[in-house]
Amino acid sequence: MENIIIIGNGIAGVSAARHIRKLSDKRIIIVSAETDYFFSRTALMYVYMGHMKFEHIQPYENWFWEKNRIELVRAFVNSVDTENKQLLLDGSRALKYDKLIIATGSKPNKFGWPGQDLHGVQGLYSKQDLDLLEVNAPNKEVCKRAVIVGGGLIGIELAEMLRSRDIPVTFLVREDSFWNGVLPNGESQLINEHIKEHHIDLRLATNLKEIVGDENGKVKSVIIQETGEELACDMVGLTAGVTPNIDFLKDSDIELGRGVKVNRHLETNVKDVYAIGDCAEQHEAIGNRRPIEAVWYTGRMMGETVAQTICGNKLEYKPGHWFNSAKFLDVEYQTYGWVFGARGKQDYEEQFHWRHDTEKVCVTISFHKDTNLFLGINTFGIRMRHEIFDRWLTAERDVDYVMEHLIDANFDPEFYRNYENQIVSKFNADFGKSVKTKKKSIKRIFQFS
Amino acid sequence: MSTYDRSMALTGQPPKQLSRNQKIATLIGFFGLTVILLAAFNVNLPNKALWLSISLGAITAGTVWFAWDMYANKEPGIKNDGVWFKSISSKGFWGWMAGIALTSFYIILYFYPEYLGLVAKGDNKGVIGLFDPLSRALSGNPASQWFVYGTLYTVAILAFGIKFLWKYRHNRYERIRTISVMFFQTAFAFIIPEVMARLNGSSVLNGGSLPYYDLKNMWPLNYYNFEGYRIKSFLSSGDIGFALLIFGIATIFIISPILTFKFGKRWYCSWVCGCGGLAETAGDSFRQLSDKTVKAWNIERWVVHSVVVFVTLMTTAVIYSYLGNDTSKYWLTKSTFLISVAVLLTTVFALVMIFKREQLQKDAKYGAIGYFVIIMALIGMHFLSGDGNVFLFKSETLRKSYSFLIGSIFSGVIGTGFYPILGNRVWCRFGCPMAAILGFQQRLFSKFRITTNGGQCISCGNCSTYCEMGIDVRAYAQKGENIVRSSCVGCGICSAVCPRGVLKLENGPLKGRIDSNQVLLGNDVDLMNLVNQK
Repeated sequence: MENIIIIGNGIAGVSAARHIRKLSDKRIIIVSAETDYFFSRTALMYVYMGHMKFEHIQPYENWFWEKNRIELVRAFVNSVDTENKQLLLDGSRALKYDKLIIATGSKPNKFGWPGQDLHGVQGLYSKQDLDLLEVNAPNKEVCKRAVIVGGGLIGIELAEMLRSRDIPVTFLVREDSFWNGVLPNGESQLINEHIKEHHIDLRLATNLKEIVGDENGKVKSVIIQETGEELACDMVGLTAGVTPNIDFLKDSDIELGRGVKVNRHLETNVKDVYAIGDCAEQHEAIGNRRPIEAVWYTGRMMGETVAQTICGNKLEYKPGHWFNSAKFLDVEYQTYGWVFGARGKQDYEEQFHWRHDTEKVCVTISFHKDTNLFLGINTFGIRMRHEIFDRWLTAERDVDYVMEHLIDANFDPEFYRNYENQIVSKFNADFGKSVKTKKKSIKRIFQFS
Repeated sequence: MSTYDRSMALTGQPPKQLSRNQKIATLIGFFGLTVILLAAFNVNLPNKALWLSISLGAITAGTVWFAWDMYANKEPGIKNDGVWFKSISSKGFWGWMAGIALTSFYIILYFYPEYLGLVAKGDNKGVIGLFDPLSRALSGNPASQWFVYGTLYTVAILAFGIKFLWKYRHNRYERIRTISVMFFQTAFAFIIPEVMARLNGSSVLNGGSLPYYDLKNMWPLNYYNFEGYRIKSFLSSGDIGFALLIFGIATIFIISPILTFKFGKRWYCSWVCGCGGLAETAGDSFRQLSDKTVKAWNIERWVVHSVVVFVTLMTTAVIYSYLGNDTSKYWLTKSTFLISVAVLLTTVFALVMIFKREQLQKDAKYGAIGYFVIIMALIGMHFLSGDGNVFLFKSETLRKSYSFLIGSIFSGVIGTGFYPILGNRVWCRFGCPMAAILGFQQRLFSKFRITTNGGQCISCGNCSTYCEMGIDVRAYAQKGENIVRSSCVGCGICSAVCPRGVLKLENGPLKGRIDSNQVLLGNDVDLMNLVNQK
């Protein structure tokens, strides 16, 4: 029986295991140093906030693994010997494989700041980071102020977590507006305001110079590059992005770039070794996607794809239309298709932006300047129906069609106020058009007649 | 191992203490309860009407002030911070204390009302005496233990309803739904029946008197609705009485099937029902305690459907017991009644087995067949054994056991008393025959579903954790499946707590409603076809 070993029990590795089991009787072993069982990494924040206990963020009950004959090994992989097809575990044991799937995810970036390894300085990625946070910042008496460095998705989540325990937070963001490498200006501005509503001390266009420790090697303060200001704090969160977690492969024959280099079949340069999820790096980016995609659902999709390949049905990794979502404190964000921030904005891209007068609700729609082709949408505070946008993107609808039928895509709970008419009338005013909104049609949404 | 209970050390605990306002509010609320407690110990309060108003006012004010302090100064949004750190909402010390207190209250209420001051002949004393002025103002009669219970129940739904409205002020579905349960409790369950009692003996009712009737409380939740004494009173009360009897039959056989088809069982369970109303308001802090394991789900299905069989047998036996044998006196005789029950059950059973059998799991099919055979055998016995006892037992024995086991112990003592231990919908989930019947229809014949939004789910588990019915919502959402479960009461909280906008309660076409295929969008179409090959 073929022996499949998966390193990493995150969404990518577990998806691969589940689908290999569906398709075959191969022996499956998942090795992880982090936890005994698979958990949802994106939900770690809710454990600290007291919304859930750690067991709640485990998507499968513990009997699931044995029932599906997926063996779980708790161990750290020191190195991979591709010649003899074996792994070295915990510096002692060897584990043989016939096929190896690397799904080790990421680790927080550290950019060589002075003091970045002091006690009280940490990232937020793993279960261990969460446990560490309970020590570094259990409450506002122990942690009188926290400083977060890096204005991305993890940074704002960490800020929300700390604020849930009333810990004062200073949030250092390198950009002059929150996450504006990704978000268009209007949206980025809305989130800036919302961060301040939550009493977070947001410092834009501000860099970290150094982290200062006390005589015990524990963080005492940070110094800001621009002003030289020294901020006293008890905890520093480093959330300036993540990078593939592949140090253990450095001495192997597997080709590495920033991540593990893979082709479209998710194969590495070494036969029978595959890489999926956050740690995989495509030789060439697929469409507008990045070569390394650290996103929940791409990990899942790569796991499903590699399972097909390993079970004898060689398949290319072909992600569909881009989508994603996040939640910034109380504001939900969804995106379908491509809408670029100011820095990445394409020459052909025209953007339409609408924002509500008082509520934290806004929409940006991107379309082709010349052809009017609908390219993508970002929504804040409005939920949209994935299926509809996927359908419109595939059908290459133009922006007028999308505007006309916008209400069909609304996915807010029943009785919510609709803003589609306001949105479309601003669109008409901005671009001198006369699009009329259609009434919501169940028939169109569910495609039946 | 959970992360937070590690920190026994000097590092300290996450914040969970009450603010000063919350402490004062708690004090005020407990002062209101203390007044009731003093009355229970027969302290003779001078001005009952005044002290009752003070007591109920203090309970309401305390609850509302507490809620105000908790939510008013925060941005609108999900307010679950620290739920699992507080002992009251995480089965800690205060959770158990509350559970024991509530359970004791229910035991006294159901079985020892004399300790509450109920006096059969003469003036009430104690707590029930305290409520006399209010009861007299509404119905003209002295209070009973049920009036005391009804009043406190209504106060709880209103006060905690206000709390819920603040907590979910960003969510219009939740707001409208909560106003609906507050309205139905106050008007239909509390005021209308009391005022209706004033009509008793009047000429409008031809001198008859109506039974106490909460109009929205339909059989089989209202399992006693067709008992002999009620039928007599309906029939003695002229056209109005007759209309109410017809309405009682129509609610279960006509009105509820239509509404459940259009909207799912939520129209009743989380918009109208009193049990649901209390669970959604006063019980909201305990919704995360429901058991989500597959094991619990299996127990739930067997127990709740057994209760349906029990209530059907019991009601049939009770109606049977007071019907006659002589067709010349009244068209509905023992035999005709039993035959019509048999025909009705056979029709439902046959239709489901013919058209919907592929939607039933194997054990559900066996269960359905088993129960069907048992009921039919018992009905058949009537015809074989002559005019003996229907169903082996005396109808009175069945009625009394149902009323004790299900009506009192299950719905009251366990159903509400165990809120802080087993979650706020224990009764609705494991015991309510009404929920089971509506759920059966919701699963097989309704437009309602919770739609999963393509591939957006991140398996975080908020939906499953906060599902009061113990549905593992995430198990469906992460596969891109719609959630079509008979137990879902449509409270909408899974959708509210979802951080990625994945879930939407909606009514849509029947076709494609239940689709066990994985439709995770954003994926390669060819791959999805392969994944779905079973």
